[in-house]
Amino acid sequence: MAAESKCDPTQMSLEDQMAAVWSALEAVTDPEIDEAVTSLGFVTAVNVVDGDKVAIEFRLPTYWCAPNFAFLMASDMRDGVSNLSWVRSVSVKLCDHFCANLINRGVEQRQDFRDAFPGETDGDLDALRRKFLGQAFQRRQEMLIRYLLRAGYDSDWIKDASVNDLMVAPLDEQGDRLRNLYLIMWRRIRRSSAVEHERAFTTENLEPLPPGQLNVYLRKISAARHNAEFNGVFCRSVLTMRKSRTL
Amino acid sequence: MFTTESGDEIFVVDGHVHLWDASPENTKNKYGEEFIKCFYDYHRLGPDEYVWPFEKYRKYSDEDFEKDIFQNGYVDLAIFNPQYLGDFYYHGFSNLDRADNFKKKHPDQVIANGFWDPRNEAKGLKLLEEDAAKYQLRGIKLYTAEWKGDSKGWKLTDPWSYKYLEKTQELGIKNIHVHKGPTIRPLNKDAFDVGDVDEVASLFPDLNFIVEHCGIPRLNDFCFIAAQEPNVYAGLAVVMALMCRRPAYFNEIISELLFWLGPDRIIFGSDYALWQPKWMIEQFMKLELPEDIAKETGQITPEAKRKILGENAARLYGIDIDERKKKLGLSTGSKQSESKRVTAVA
Repeated sequence: MAAESKCDPTQMSLEDQMAAVWSALEAVTDPEIDEAVTSLGFVTAVNVVDGDKVAIEFRLPTYWCAPNFAFLMASDMRDGVSNLSWVRSVSVKLCDHFCANLINRGVEQRQDFRDAFPGETDGDLDALRRKFLGQAFQRRQEMLIRYLLRAGYDSDWIKDASVNDLMVAPLDEQGDRLRNLYLIMWRRIRRSSAVEHERAFTTENLEPLPPGQLNVYLRKISAARHNAEFNGVFCRSVLTMRKSRTL
Repeated sequence: MFTTESGDEIFVVDGHVHLWDASPENTKNKYGEEFIKCFYDYHRLGPDEYVWPFEKYRKYSDEDFEKDIFQNGYVDLAIFNPQYLGDFYYHGFSNLDRADNFKKKHPDQVIANGFWDPRNEAKGLKLLEEDAAKYQLRGIKLYTAEWKGDSKGWKLTDPWSYKYLEKTQELGIKNIHVHKGPTIRPLNKDAFDVGDVDEVASLFPDLNFIVEHCGIPRLNDFCFIAAQEPNVYAGLAVVMALMCRRPAYFNEIISELLFWLGPDRIIFGSDYALWQPKWMIEQFMKLELPEDIAKETGQITPEAKRKILGENAARLYGIDIDERKKKLGLSTGSKQSESKRVTAVA
């Protein structure tokens, strides 16, 4: 029985439970900024009630933020926290947003986006999610490749390296962090685990990197990073203002 | 007019200003209330000493505008880009009549643009003709995220939009300012997608498309499109505000824009009363890109600054800068050669 495989909630302190929830939320990113909803300051409250019910509240930088992204983040939070073994129910509440009611109801009832916004869509959010996964992949790849070039790896090594070569490359703490961030995305865009003999660096369409110097390619994909960073700066700044406003 | 330390005079066009009314009397509902509050959050991203009390921010006077734009803000010519928001405000938020009345007071210093909404279909086409004659329109502002009853937005590629673009062209109106917001249908798609700008810019090569806020938050897509479409321009409104709290990011963005579009297709805008042109222009004129950025995309030259702050917009609107200067009682003549000299020295 599923119930038997669950940890006994009474065995975990509230503090540990809270930490586990926050940690699960850290894996949820804003798709267009490719940063955790927690580090962006979106999550405003986490509560654990009766030992196994989790309530999360979040707020976005503006009343008008795109509802599709809000819906993606809210469902990812619900799913991420639901995966904790001791959690029986999760409620996610988006506050102060023009579509808050529809989004909160849709996420609670595990609707897909089409059903949550009847007549306003022509499909679910899969294509949108794929597009922004591709951007996040490019962003993380560019940061790792630039790091590797600085650390003395040459273009040829980078183009030919297998996942295994990358994994065993001796990197310092920063390099290791960039490598992990990249490999997580490597798996996500393939929807599979990293296979060790496969090429570590491909385009977002899984093709080999273009021949010649990497600079031109890096310049091209750097647009994804610029965009994400720029949006991150804007979201953080506006959210700070929104939180400090007393009107 | 901004005068540099070396005495060079720069004609300044503010490509994006408002005289708005979000007073409680004009606000229809909670959406109008939330809209102005959101604008106020953006306002507070600027320098603290320029932040207004919320009540003043909701509705300010013509005199405030004259002081902040013409007297203190170095601006010689201000372009009004209306934002109607008829579902949120009884008489519109930033409407044509108020801008037009203001223009009558300052005929040589104001350009007041119109707007259209393709969801008004045939009726709106007629209204556009009337507006064009009544206000002598030379530019149009489009806000694709405008709510209208059940509809939460539209696209430039909607069938009726083409008819409006054709009509705009036929009426001799050349400049289309486009701003996107986050509520366009279908909702499952990227609400900020700028792909429709690409399509209409190719189809209407004689129209200029000034993409306000540089397509934020799709700056990268915007740059790729603008690189391919010579009639697409970057409107710097909102982007300029980053200079205050995040100057390093402003540097990166302006260098990206210079790389992809070059100095001839970038247009200054303060988005007043969101922010004031005075501090933006002062800071922009002092701007020097750090070495690591300049290495990749080149340094921003005095000539580029002069273009961005005024010459580019003047060209789009057929403004003869020397003639304007004469009307304003300012010296004219050797500015071009002076600017060349400054560039050569730099």
